[in-house]
Amino acid sequence: MKEEAVIPHLFRMEYRKIVAVLSKRFGFEQIEIAEDITSDTFLTATQTWGMNGLPENPVAWLYNVAKNKAKNHLQRNAVFENKIAPELKYREFISLDPDIDLSPKNINDSQLQMMFAICHPSISSEAQIGLSLRILCGFGIEEIADAFLTNKETINKRLFRAKEKLRAEKIDIELPATTQMDSRLEAVLATIYLLFNEGYYSVSQNKTIRKELCFEAMRLCKMLVENETTNNPSANALLSLMCFHASRFEARFNKNGETVLYDEQDTGLWNPEMISQGGYYLNRSANGDKISKYHLEAGIAYWSTQKPDTKEKWENVLQLYNRLLQIQYSPIAALNRTYALSKANSKEEAILEAEKLNLIENPFYFGLLGELWLDIDNKKSIENFKKALVLTKTETGRLTIQAKLAKISEGNFIS
Amino acid sequence: MEEFVLLFRLDILTKEKQPSPELLQVYMKQYQDWIGGIAAQNKFVGGKGLSTEGRVLKYNNVITDGPFAEIKESIAGYTIIRALDFDDAVKMASGCPILNGEGNSVEVRRVQNPK
Repeated sequence: MKEEAVIPHLFRMEYRKIVAVLSKRFGFEQIEIAEDITSDTFLTATQTWGMNGLPENPVAWLYNVAKNKAKNHLQRNAVFENKIAPELKYREFISLDPDIDLSPKNINDSQLQMMFAICHPSISSEAQIGLSLRILCGFGIEEIADAFLTNKETINKRLFRAKEKLRAEKIDIELPATTQMDSRLEAVLATIYLLFNEGYYSVSQNKTIRKELCFEAMRLCKMLVENETTNNPSANALLSLMCFHASRFEARFNKNGETVLYDEQDTGLWNPEMISQGGYYLNRSANGDKISKYHLEAGIAYWSTQKPDTKEKWENVLQLYNRLLQIQYSPIAALNRTYALSKANSKEEAILEAEKLNLIENPFYFGLLGELWLDIDNKKSIENFKKALVLTKTETGRLTIQAKLAKISEGNFIS
Repeated sequence: MEEFVLLFRLDILTKEKQPSPELLQVYMKQYQDWIGGIAAQNKFVGGKGLSTEGRVLKYNNVITDGPFAEIKESIAGYTIIRALDFDDAVKMASGCPILNGEGNSVEVRRVQNPK
């Protein structure tokens, strides 16, 4: 790797580890100092390596510098705390042994604990995702702004406020007690899933960033399933679901970065390794008696990796959606369920059910009706597709519907 | 929107009236397709099936096995839905597949909110 490529690479890989360890050591109230010391370490590296060339072991070098900077900070602090401010007594005695433990185990533990601190229900999910990207994934502020289609100031403010709030709530960087594990883990999984969706469905055209968001979400989830205390069925189901989805990542975009719809995807670009990983985690998720929404969504995602239009596929998808909707309603799940109903039962039944949904502001609602009426009553099909066309907000959406409309009128002309 | 409880009553005890495993699977699909349709309208609140065992407690410390005054009208389960009014609730309930069986019934009751 070239020198100029090494530092950004190391930054991405190592920033989050050092920050997690230092924050854990200093406590959440000093998280900004931990971030500053870490950034400062990379600055020192850039300057020194620029002049002297790369050290033999850059990671060890970074850890050493970070350790020294952290020790200096702790020592300065200790002098203040123990000699200057003893009468104030507002803080407990700070040890003069400022050991900084950058062993793989402590790095891993600190990152996991940090995950629970950041995904705390006291801050908004938007703030949780922002902080996760910054602190758990080592994203730059500009990259985060790009992912959210906003500017750096907004992100800086959002992160600042979130950290303030976590400090005010006196959130500790530690794993929750066993009795609280499941409910706190649920919050962590929710954030990871949002992070993944941010990448998978984002409006941002930046494919590299979108992909990285997805892979970071998967990496965080993997840390959870690889740790004994956090490895539960829901976490495995979520990881399975993300693997199945991510298997289509390459097929979902054409050369110009535009979205390619499922039906038009080149299945040769689907990643078989990712699909089998998904199967592996889906198996692992099948113990315990609780079926989470991730289990059901992973099941649906599994069937999406099976292209052939079989009765079995659609019957399974329909039943999974039936159950998913009973756990958590969403308009998109309602529409997908109705589509599966048309495939598993009949178009006529699905039309009756679709009309009950009455999602008249949703372009996909009319798209679905257009699809269902097709070949039953093409006039109604066209009417609905035209309504969808008016409502759709994306260029891809418009192009898809226009192509459908053209195809229908072509068919009418022939007959 | 108001909440309504649907009580499903049918004979779940008489042996010869119970469906074969294959038929049961068909019934389950019908039931799930019906409930899924309600949930797709964001009108499903909750619900459970009930097992066949039960105890009935009565005045004067009387406890009896089997909860059923009338075997044909055992409560097999309940579902809570959201509906605009009684008519809306009844319309949704009318799709319940147990109504394909003679003698079965669905009772629709409005949940009373404390004023």
